[in-house]
Amino acid sequence: MKIIVCMKQVPVKDSLLKIKDDNSWVHEDELNYEINESDHYALETALRLKEAHGGEVVILTMGPERVKEAIKQGLAKGADRALYINNADFTSIDPMTNAKVLAAAISPETPDLVLAGLQTDDNGSGQTGVILAENLGLPHTSIVMEIEKLDNGIKVKRELESGWFQWIELPLPALLTIQSGINQIRYATIKGIMMAKKKEVKELALSDLGLSGADVAAGSTGLDFQKVYVPEKTKQALILEGDPKDVAEQLADKLKNEAKVF
Amino acid sequence: MAYSELTEEQTMLRDMVREFAKNEIEPLAAEIDETCAYPIDNIRQMAELGLLGIPFPEKYGGAGMDTMSLALALEEIAKACGSTCLSLAAHTSLCATPIYLFGSEEQKQKYLVPLASGAAIGSFCLSEPGSGSDAGAATTVAVREGEHYVLNGNKLWVTNAGLADTFVVFAKTDPEQGVRGISAFIVEKGTEGFIIGKKEDKLGVRASDTRPVSIEGCRVPKENLLGEENKGFRQALVTLDGGRIGIGAMSVGLAQAAMEKAAAYSQEREAFGSLIGDFQAIKWMLADMATEIHAGRLMVHHAARLRDAGQPYTKEAAMAKLFSSEAAMRATKNAIQIFGGYGYTRDYPVERYWRDAKLTVIGEGTSEVLRLVVSRELLKEFA
Ligand SMILES: Cc1cc2nc3c(=O)[nH]c(=O)nc-3n(C[C@H](O)[C@H](O)[C@H](O)COP(=O)(O)OP(=O)(O)OC[C@H]3O[C@@H](n4cnc5c(N)ncnc54)[C@H](O)[C@@H]3O)c2cc1C
Repeated sequence: MKIIVCMKQVPVKDSLLKIKDDNSWVHEDELNYEINESDHYALETALRLKEAHGGEVVILTMGPERVKEAIKQGLAKGADRALYINNADFTSIDPMTNAKVLAAAISPETPDLVLAGLQTDDNGSGQTGVILAENLGLPHTSIVMEIEKLDNGIKVKRELESGWFQWIELPLPALLTIQSGINQIRYATIKGIMMAKKKEVKELALSDLGLSGADVAAGSTGLDFQKVYVPEKTKQALILEGDPKDVAEQLADKLKNEAKVF
Repeated sequence: MAYSELTEEQTMLRDMVREFAKNEIEPLAAEIDETCAYPIDNIRQMAELGLLGIPFPEKYGGAGMDTMSLALALEEIAKACGSTCLSLAAHTSLCATPIYLFGSEEQKQKYLVPLASGAAIGSFCLSEPGSGSDAGAATTVAVREGEHYVLNGNKLWVTNAGLADTFVVFAKTDPEQGVRGISAFIVEKGTEGFIIGKKEDKLGVRASDTRPVSIEGCRVPKENLLGEENKGFRQALVTLDGGRIGIGAMSVGLAQAAMEKAAAYSQEREAFGSLIGDFQAIKWMLADMATEIHAGRLMVHHAARLRDAGQPYTKEAAMAKLFSSEAAMRATKNAIQIFGGYGYTRDYPVERYWRDAKLTVIGEGTSEVLRLVVSRELLKEFA
């Protein structure tokens, strides 16, 4: 089974985020990064499938130069090789763009299975994996906790709400997004660490992916990223007075038209 | 890329061990300190990761890394648990290393491969009831009888003794010659007349398994003589030179752990309407800890690098261990001070760090003996 694992680096949990003066993003150079939590579990799942059924585990990572650290860690744990896309020049970093670029890197590899983390611990959109499946034209299941290999596909356990689960069968190739905490993540062995530098890390430029700068330019997906800011705190309280029916109407109006919560 | 003094592999090793120690070793440290239970499960896990043979070549079952990598790993483990660190340091630096340095090819295949791959655990038997610092005054003897040497005597303070498979034992083959009549032998666990005694009840590193060994007519095959006859004292000194880098790293780790805990506490605990970390008295203690830890770490790394480069390092290793261990005593003592009454209880780990640190100014050369070593090396330059 050839398995591609999408991995991302995110700021270390509990990092102090400082927003840039122009509100364009946070100061990244002051942060330490680690592999996104659920991506660890995706990698572990892939390595176990490979150990049980043979095949190859390929890491796919996109990000600035620093993400090569994450690649090395994954290779040290036992992945066979890696694909790396430097996105330092991309002006659009929304899930649509990411999925578009990742799909272009995955397609020529024709994997049997693509695994991604359920969501990233930084933006937490939970979108990249599923949009990627759509772009690749693959069946997908999200929040996966267990995978069983069948003769003609796989059977997966996915998490539903309030402690419920569902077993689903899928044909291969397929894409799964993996839930955190589903297995015991291994540590890299020293042997793995020493072997990591001998493994292939293929760097892919946009041109290798058949894409151009326009594909990764701000606004190319229709999403307009305006600014990052700390939620504003105001000490304003509005007390609505009158009879209950009247107050309820006023409240509904304010929630809808002022607070815009629905 | 940020400036780093470490290679990519060394950085990855350090990060892996840091995470492993934090998740798997630290949670058990207080309990095994209390119960004196040898951290056997942790040692097995460390063996799987390749941590029992860090500085040995792959062809001997090792990880193919170096002394620097061993120092990095020992520091990280000491941050989590002094006992586990001492056990690993003794196994690697005191038992496997002399076999690697002085053993024949057959001895390396038979004994180093299992030690380095973690299938076997090792011990080092030099100290005796009547001789520690003055190791040359040892009274254990080895007499050649045909195909064997027959050993008689008593050893004390043998780290890992209760669980070790392989022991490097020093005994006098020519007692008339004093230190020039000592030889080293490899003794297997269970050899008749090699009797492991009762576990010591210690102040610190309580989970590290320290025992006396009495040797009564123990017959060791002549093939188990390590290197040449009567060269044992020099072999012991060379072994201890390297071992001191490890104890230096252990000291740095204990001091670092104490500093981290004390610094965090100083940012939580309030007195007289402010954080105790706002008092200059506390800040200065923390600043001294940080400065001495930094200096000690650089000294340990420097000695490790000299050893890896094949250059003389006796003086630097002695200095690194002397300075780091005494710095660890100050740092751990002051960490208790910063924690106040809480620090004096077993509810917090700082008193354990201090008890564990006390071993570092005694084992593998007391501070006094190390000052002798440093001054001897220094004065050679002026003689
Ligand atoms: C937990 C633990 C684990 C150990 N593990 C091992 C092990 O695995 N294998 C092993 O062989 N040994 C081991 N040791 C023994 C250790 O190396 C000795 O305890 C140490 O070398 C000191 O020897 P001693 O205890 O006999 O003290 P002594 O040599 O009797 O020293 C007593 C005091 O006199 C001082 N002193 C001695 N000589 C001089 C001098 N010339 N000038 C000034 N002061 C001097 C010492 O510094 C010390 O303060 C271990 C010890 C401990 C506590």
